[in-house]
Amino acid sequence: MMARDPDDRNPASKPRETEETDTTMATAQLEDELITTEVETGSTERAGRPDETVVATTGLTVHYGDDQALWDVDIEIPVHKVTAIIGPSGCGKSTFLRSINRMNDQIDGCRIGGELHFHGKNVYDEDVDPVALRRKIGMVFQKPNPFPKSIYDNVAYGLRVQGKDDEVDLDAAVEDALRGAALWDEVKDKLDESGLELSGGQQQRLCIARTIATDPEVLLMDEPTSALDPVAASKIEDLIDELVEEYTVVIVTHNMQQAARISDKTAVFLNGGELVEFDRTATIFENPADDRVEDYITGKFG
Amino acid sequence: MSTETNPTRGITGDGAAQADRVANRRVRRILFGCAAITVLTTLAIFFVLIDNAVSYFYGLRFTEALLGASLEKSVTLTEFFTGTRWAPDHATPGHGILPIVFGTLSITVGAAFVSIPIGTATAIYLSEYASEGVRSKLKPTLEILAGIPTIVYGYFAIAFINPVVLSPIAETLFGIHLGRYSMLSGMLVVGIMTIPMVSSISEDAMSSVPDELRNGAYALGATKYDVSTRIVLPASISGVLASYILAVSRALGETMAVTLAAGFNAQITANPFDEIMTMTAYMVSMARGTSAVGTIEYQSLFAVGLVLFVMTLVMNLLNDRLKRRFQEEYR
Ligand SMILES: Nc1ncnc2c1ncn2[C@@H]1O[C@H](COP(=O)(O)OP(=O)(O)OP(=O)(O)O)[C@@H](O)[C@H]1O
Ligand SMILES: [Mg+2]
Repeated sequence: MMARDPDDRNPASKPRETEETDTTMATAQLEDELITTEVETGSTERAGRPDETVVATTGLTVHYGDDQALWDVDIEIPVHKVTAIIGPSGCGKSTFLRSINRMNDQIDGCRIGGELHFHGKNVYDEDVDPVALRRKIGMVFQKPNPFPKSIYDNVAYGLRVQGKDDEVDLDAAVEDALRGAALWDEVKDKLDESGLELSGGQQQRLCIARTIATDPEVLLMDEPTSALDPVAASKIEDLIDELVEEYTVVIVTHNMQQAARISDKTAVFLNGGELVEFDRTATIFENPADDRVEDYITGKFG
Repeated sequence: MSTETNPTRGITGDGAAQADRVANRRVRRILFGCAAITVLTTLAIFFVLIDNAVSYFYGLRFTEALLGASLEKSVTLTEFFTGTRWAPDHATPGHGILPIVFGTLSITVGAAFVSIPIGTATAIYLSEYASEGVRSKLKPTLEILAGIPTIVYGYFAIAFINPVVLSPIAETLFGIHLGRYSMLSGMLVVGIMTIPMVSSISEDAMSSVPDELRNGAYALGATKYDVSTRIVLPASISGVLASYILAVSRALGETMAVTLAAGFNAQITANPFDEIMTMTAYMVSMARGTSAVGTIEYQSLFAVGLVLFVMTLVMNLLNDRLKRRFQEEYR
């Protein structure tokens, strides 16, 4: 699809000052984090299910205009697991997430190369309808973005645009989704009020409710807790833990503790868009194969 | 006291700060003066209209009446507001304003049926569907359309819309011979004129809807059409409605184009191919007619002007009301 010039593929030639400052600032916390991670990673293993792949990429590349944001990513995301995507700012985590549900189509000048399979079907094939794809792969954004509509209409929106509002009992579906997002008790008496009147954490759970209302297979979450306080964030973490029973979750996070706590597998992106290591979360945090990953995890990156 | 030991130095008034304050006050006065000019002009217009309109109904100006001159009834308010014949300068004069109010309202409503759907669709296209390249060409074109002098639209109606577009339709489909003017031609030309108003203001409102909302909807599997109609339009509704009201106000007061397109025959008719007269067209023809200043037929100009002024004012108030209501709803 696009020219792959081996010479300009050397990402190390690019300056990456922002990443360095990011990681130096975080160094102090990281020692704590490492201790916690060791204790907690084991407990999140979801055993008993076969490692079936739902999303797989081969040689996935993304360009924005002339800038390449992802370099030959190969990854296999297992079904009914939480896969965490970590890495320094600007390394292409959001770009990768958006390429899974083709939200990159919305960006002018964005070009995708390589293949991304969803249940074995390349989603960038000519005959794939991105609208249909997004009905199977839901997405929660970093900044809560409820619609300027009532809480009820926010949750019902997806069902309505997907034409499912005739098939299902809409009231029941809205209640189920709000319960699923652990928001029902807080809003059950004010479903007619605007979604914008909720707190940030409630708004984010409303966005999750809105997404699970249409019953997608995969949930993509781009730093869903970064705009929230720790209490609201931990509610969402608990929620993810429950959601993964039914959905496959891919979550981008800057918080390594969070990645360690909630994920089964972790992908580390570095070097301006390279997938450096992808493995069980415990392995990534305790015994990474790649030195750069170890450096990044321990805050020595750069 | 020396400067070093005076802790308040620098925050209390010394020479420089004092000068600043004076300059500040002067700027504020100048700005207030400019704002006051517009308010005073509006009041002056309103006053002149009322003053002269009074002489239409009572034979002398409001100001003359204050000076003690005696009233003599000329046109009754009943005749003015309920009469159905408008011919103040006729040998047997008629002073019923309804025919020309009908003319103005029919043109306004007809124009709205053209400008609102087309303008809204254009705005949605520009804001949601058009590529950057198309948008960068179409927007300036629309702005040019908005900048064409209205007299040019008038000639467009008289030379093209009426004879080339409407005349064959009237002739072949209805067997009506079309004159130089027609109500439908006026509706169309005013409608076309006000499309850029609707599209440009609506598009601004739609473009200011944050992309996060669009992305949220797209991620739920919404189509472009869903996003346009169920997210962007509702979220920008106050701006969109404001554009409608502005276009309608413009149509109400539109003069040159409508005079040339719709004609000078004051009548209430259901046939869109008939010639009619709007309030503004009457005012134009009267102002450049042969009636002497101060005669009843000349003063009718101001009575009509006052009614038009009030109609426009009502539209403006409506605009404010709507804006406030929808702002609360979608904030
Ligand atoms: N819409 C866009 N247009 C052009 N370039 C973009 C766009 N979005 C991202 N990029 C570029 O792609 C690269 C990766 O960006 P991306 O947002 O995927 O990083 P990220 O890992 O999510 O960073 P962060 O942790 O700060 O969210 C960056 O260099 C960025 O400048
Ligand atoms: Mg990001």
